[in-house]
Amino acid sequence: MKLDSMYQEVILDHYKHPHGRGLRDGDAEVHHVNPTCGDEITLRVKYDGETVADVSYDGQGCSISQASASVLNELLVGKELSQARRIQDAFLELMQSKGQLEPDEAMEEVLEDAVAFAGVSKYPARVKCALLSWMAWKDATAKALSEGKTA
Amino acid sequence: MTDARQGLSGLLDTEAIRKDFPLLDRTVHDGKKIVYLDSAATSQKPRQVLDALNTYYERHNANVHRGVYTVAEEATALYEGARDKVAAFINAPSRDEVIFTKNASESLNLVANMLGWADEPYRVDRETEIVTTEMEHHSNIVPWQLLAQRTGAKLKWFGITDDGRLDLSNIDEIITEKTKIVSFTLVSNILGTVNPVERIIRRAQQVGALVCIDASQAAPHMVLDVQALQADFVAFTGHKMVGPTGIGVLWGRQELLEDLPPFLGGGEMIETVSMHSSTYAPAPHKFEAGTPPIAQAVGLGAAVDYLSAIGMEKIHQHEKAITEYAVQRLLEVPDLRIIGPATAEDRGAAISFTLGDIHPHDVGQVLDEQGIAVRVGHHCARPVCLRYGIPATTRASFYLYSTPAEVDALVDGLEHVRNFFG
Repeated sequence: MKLDSMYQEVILDHYKHPHGRGLRDGDAEVHHVNPTCGDEITLRVKYDGETVADVSYDGQGCSISQASASVLNELLVGKELSQARRIQDAFLELMQSKGQLEPDEAMEEVLEDAVAFAGVSKYPARVKCALLSWMAWKDATAKALSEGKTA
Repeated sequence: MTDARQGLSGLLDTEAIRKDFPLLDRTVHDGKKIVYLDSAATSQKPRQVLDALNTYYERHNANVHRGVYTVAEEATALYEGARDKVAAFINAPSRDEVIFTKNASESLNLVANMLGWADEPYRVDRETEIVTTEMEHHSNIVPWQLLAQRTGAKLKWFGITDDGRLDLSNIDEIITEKTKIVSFTLVSNILGTVNPVERIIRRAQQVGALVCIDASQAAPHMVLDVQALQADFVAFTGHKMVGPTGIGVLWGRQELLEDLPPFLGGGEMIETVSMHSSTYAPAPHKFEAGTPPIAQAVGLGAAVDYLSAIGMEKIHQHEKAITEYAVQRLLEVPDLRIIGPATAEDRGAAISFTLGDIHPHDVGQVLDEQGIAVRVGHHCARPVCLRYGIPATTRASFYLYSTPAEVDALVDGLEHVRNFFG
């Protein structure tokens, strides 16, 4: 069934057992919404020098947006900022591929669990759900940097 | 077939009606017949309307109110003929009270802007108040917020009760001597509630406030008689009533349309123009600047003919039967909570619900895989979602072509959704 390409086991697992959910101390906080469907996320980033020390979040949304935030937390926490940005770029590229991009080994190495979202990129209405937390992270990071909380 | 389905009365001959709607015959996802349950967002179009659009463009296309040649005269006659049809459809006392806009949002914005620029006694300013409700579509909230911000007027609203009705218990405090305009929806697009027009209008008339009614979810589904309503303005849109997109209607009482100032300026809305000043054409043209949506108006005229031939009262009875059946069947689904009136009493054919803690996006996606088209999200009525503490709902909405079998398909589909995320 085609649905399974969107609702991969990995995604449903993250949805049912989210990583790092809940708000903790951070250097910057943002609140993003998806105006078409009402999905919301409040996200905080904490940096330790150049390292992503924590990404904490809370919000409401569909399985795709919730699982995506969980994967983000799992992937980015502990990474150097430059590496985290490479992961974000790769995820963005995958999500904007309209289902045309078959993730290769190099991409799988960068994105790990997040390659499971390849199937979501075929559904234009759901791409925004998958990207909600990633855009929030990018925004929060820019805010933390401009406030001079990181090196 | 369930017993309840056998006992349904007042249904239209949907087998015949559905033959008029080409889209209802298409399939999605490897041959699944589409089950279209999103008519509150937009209705499907019958061949009669599609033909009217085609014939207009193929045979009669010209700009209106300008040329003296044959085709231009035909285009003008068709456009103005559509106005006559709409006027008759809503029982307007005069055809000149029917203004064509591009949709209901534009109609409501037009009223807000007429009042913002008006002189006394209509003028909305910092001494006055605007009243709406928590149940409105964003198109009947945001124009009034803009007007309030720009004029300094105070915006007030009626709340909603737990069972999805307007809370009018404080009506005398909400609508006061300071109120200039009360704008509310006749039928809620998210809750399905049919509102008690008479009680609100009586209070508005006591204090001399104008009344504007958003009839977007009413005009397609029931007899709409603007004289019986006794409102001052009534707004609705064509695409929800089997007409094309890009055409809406604002009906207004003649003396108001004469007194109130224009909003958009341009061609067609003038009498004379000099570089220093202009005078304006009489209503409705005063409010129709620029080349209007001609083909779309002609299409709306065909839509009105189509609906009238079936009969609005019959359409209403059909939807009432379908809605009663749907409410009953949906309440059988475990963990399903209807957001809005849980009976078919004083409610339209749009039913919003939540399904356990499965997000509506996920509900809609799994239904789509089975060919079932529903709307998910906040339905441009976010304050309602906030009121009930939910992020969004799934909404199924029915129309003259909807069948009990489609209700059954929805109920089966929801069972599948529960299994998928269970």
